Amino acid sequence: MREYVGADRIEGPLVVAEGYGKAACGELIEVHADDGVRLGQVLTTGEDLVVAELWGETAGLQPHQLLLRFCGETFHTGVSREMLGRVFDGLGRPRDGLPPPMAEDRVDMHGAPLNPTARAYPQDFIETGISAIDGMNTVVRGQKLPIFSGAGLPHNELAAQIALQARIADESETLAVIFVALGVSHDTAAYFQQRFEESGLLARTAVFLNLADESPLERLVTPRVALSLAEFLAFEHGYQVLVLMTDLTNYAEALREISSRRNEVPGRKAYPGYLYSDLAEIFERCGRVRGRPGSVTQIPILTMPGDDITHPVPDLTGYITEGQIVLSRALHREGIYPPIDVLPSLSRLMKNGIGERHTRADHPSWAGQLYASYARVQEIRAISVIIGETALTPVDRAYLEFGREFERRFLAQGAGQARSIVETLDTGWEILSLLPSSELTRINEEDLRRYYSGKLEGRISHD
Amino acid sequence: MERTVLIANTSNMPVAAREASIYLATTIAEYFRDQGYDVALMADSTSRWAEALREIAGRLEEMPAEEGFPAYLPSRIAAFYERAGRVRTLGGTEGSVSMVGAVSPPGGDFTEPVTQHTQRYTRAFWALDRTLANARHYPAINWQTSYSLYSAAVAPWWAKETGPDWQALRDAAAQILEQASRLEQLVRLVGAQALPDRQRWILDAARLLKEGFLQQNALHPVDAYCVPAKQVALLRFFVELYQSGQQAIESGAPLTRIRQLLDVRRLVQIKETVPNDQVDQIAHMLEELKAGMNAMVPAERKI
Repeated sequence: MREYVGADRIEGPLVVAEGYGKAACGELIEVHADDGVRLGQVLTTGEDLVVAELWGETAGLQPHQLLLRFCGETFHTGVSREMLGRVFDGLGRPRDGLPPPMAEDRVDMHGAPLNPTARAYPQDFIETGISAIDGMNTVVRGQKLPIFSGAGLPHNELAAQIALQARIADESETLAVIFVALGVSHDTAAYFQQRFEESGLLARTAVFLNLADESPLERLVTPRVALSLAEFLAFEHGYQVLVLMTDLTNYAEALREISSRRNEVPGRKAYPGYLYSDLAEIFERCGRVRGRPGSVTQIPILTMPGDDITHPVPDLTGYITEGQIVLSRALHREGIYPPIDVLPSLSRLMKNGIGERHTRADHPSWAGQLYASYARVQEIRAISVIIGETALTPVDRAYLEFGREFERRFLAQGAGQARSIVETLDTGWEILSLLPSSELTRINEEDLRRYYSGKLEGRISHD
Repeated sequence: MERTVLIANTSNMPVAAREASIYLATTIAEYFRDQGYDVALMADSTSRWAEALREIAGRLEEMPAEEGFPAYLPSRIAAFYERAGRVRTLGGTEGSVSMVGAVSPPGGDFTEPVTQHTQRYTRAFWALDRTLANARHYPAINWQTSYSLYSAAVAPWWAKETGPDWQALRDAAAQILEQASRLEQLVRLVGAQALPDRQRWILDAARLLKEGFLQQNALHPVDAYCVPAKQVALLRFFVELYQSGQQAIESGAPLTRIRQLLDVRRLVQIKETVPNDQVDQIAHMLEELKAGMNAMVPAERKI
C-alpha cells in the first residue's frame, strides 16, 4: 500500500496525478478528503501518469488537498452467507443500518472466466409459476434469460413475481435470490423491498441497490459485487442462486457516460466498442460447474429505448444470453398481465429442462404446437383486418377463437397467482382443443388421444 | 466428439483471443486436410469475430469505416473464406476444408457489412428467417432467399445415388413454393375462399411441403437425421401428390373431395413415422393416394 498527497487535476469523475508511477491497471484507490473517503480504480497508468476514476461525487474536491492511497490490489469484496436477508449499496456496503456482515471470504469482484470444459450444461427446470415462461420459455438452472421490456411496461411486477414464486423441484436444495437494482428510481427500489418484506422471503434474498441519482461509476461495480456473492453461494455452498438485475440499459448508459469522459472512440449510438465484451463479463458469470451442486441463474431486465429490439443494448445482450423474454405493449394495452409476447421470446436451453424426466412427456411437442398455431393466428389476424372475419374459412375462424382464448386464459394470470406446470400444460391443451385435430401437425397420435378433447372436430367442414 | 476439435472462446474471454481463434481453427483444419482428411469447419459466429476486429480497431484508434468496422474487414473476411477448398496433398491423396460460417447480423438486417461481404465471397447462403423461427419452424431456413450455386455441381451425385429425377423434383417443389407465396399475397387481399380450387390446392401443397418436408424435428429420434434416399422420397411424395391432385381438379373433381382423402396430420408426420431404412413405405403411401385421386377423374378423361 502506498500513499501520496495531492493530485494534479480532476476532470469529472477522473483524478489525474503525475509523477507517481508504479500503479497497477485496475488497482483500487482510496481518495481521502475532508468530507470522507471515496473509492475508485486506476484506469491508465504509465511511467509517471496515473488516471483513476472515482466511484462517487467529485464536486467540491480540491486536487492538491487529496490523500491518495493505492491499495495494491483490485477491488475485492467480502462475501458470506450472512449477506442473505440484508440490503446493500452499489459497492456492497450495508444500507439497512446494521453492521457489515462478517466476511467468510474476500474475492476479486471481476471473478475469473470459467474454463468452458469445467462448466456443466444447464439443466433442471425452475418453476416460476408463470404459464408463458414455464410452458413456452422454460428457465433452467444455470441459464441467463433476459426480459426485454419498454418504459411503462410491468417488468418490475413480473421480476418481483418471479423472485417470489421461483421454486425448484427438489425440496432439499436451497434457493437464494440476489436482487440487483442498477440506476432505478427510489420508488422502484422501495417497491421491491416492500414485496420481499411482505412475502417473508427477505431471509433468502440479498438486495444491492444503486439508485438513479447515485454515481454511474458505482453502477459499473454493482453487478460485479453481486455476482461475486452469487458465485460464492453457488459454488462454495451449493445454493441454487437466482440473480435478478434491473435495469441493464441504465448500466450500459453509465458505461457510455464514462467512455465519453475517457475520450474513447464511440461505436454504435456512441456506446463504446467494448460494450459487448463488458456485458459478457456480467452475463457469463452464470451457469453450473462440474462437480459442484450449486448454480447461478440470471434474469437481467432491460428496457429497450423506443421499444427498438435492434438497439445495441438488447441486440448485444441477445447474442450473449440464452434466449429472451419479450414484453409487448399491445398485449399490455389489452390488459393482459404478464404481457409476454411469446413469438419473439425464446429459451434456448428449454429442451434440457422439459419432457419426461423434468416436466411431462408431452411438453416439447405441446409447446411447438402452441407456437406454430399462435404464429398462424397472427397471419390470419392480418388477413382478417382487410377482408373481415366473416370472409374467413371456418378453420381460420377457429384460429381466431384460439388466439383470443390463448391470450385471455393462458397468457393472462394474476400478479400473485402461481400456476403449477401441470395446470399450465392442461390449460394449453384445453385451448389447443379449440382447433380441429388436422391442424395439430406437431402432436403425435398418442398425446392427441390422451389430452385432446377436440370439441370442434365435427363442426368444421373441409372447405 | 472423437472426430471433433473444439476451439472455445466464450464472450467473457479476452477479445484479442477471439480474433485469433478463427485463424487457429483454420490452421488446425488445414493440418488435417494435408493428411488427406475432408474437414468441415464451423465458425459461430463470424459476426462476433468481426466485432472483435472492430473493438480492437477502436482501441488502436484506427479510422472507422462502415458501421465502425475497420476498412480492412472485407479483405479479412475474404482471406478467411478463401482458405476453404480441395487440394492434392504431397502424399498424392485428396483433402478438403469446407467452411460453414454463421453470421448473426444485428436486428436480422442482411444489409449490414459482415453479411454483405460474406455473401460476396461465398457461394451458398442459408438465410435464417425470424418469422419461421418465431413459429418454431426448424430449421428456419427461408426457402426463397437462400441459395446454393453448387446445386448443378452436386446434381450428378444426387442423380446417381437417389434417382434421375432429383433436379426435376427440386425445381417443381421450388415452383410450388414460389407460386404459393404469390398467392398468399392475394389471399391477404381477397381471402382464401375467393380463389379457384386449382389455386387453393397450390396453397395446400405448399403447406404440406413446408410442414412435411422443409421442417424437421431435431429432437425426434427418427426425424433428426434424414438420409438422402428418404429426403428424395419425401420430396417426390409431396410433389407427385400435388401433381395428381392438380390433374383431378382439372378434370372436374372438387377440392373438398381431395381434402377428405388426405389426413394432413398423418402426411406431415411421415418424416417421423417412417424410419430411414424403410423408405419404400413412402412410395407405397404415394401410390395409394394417387390411386384415390385417380378414381375421382371421370373414366373418359383418364390418360
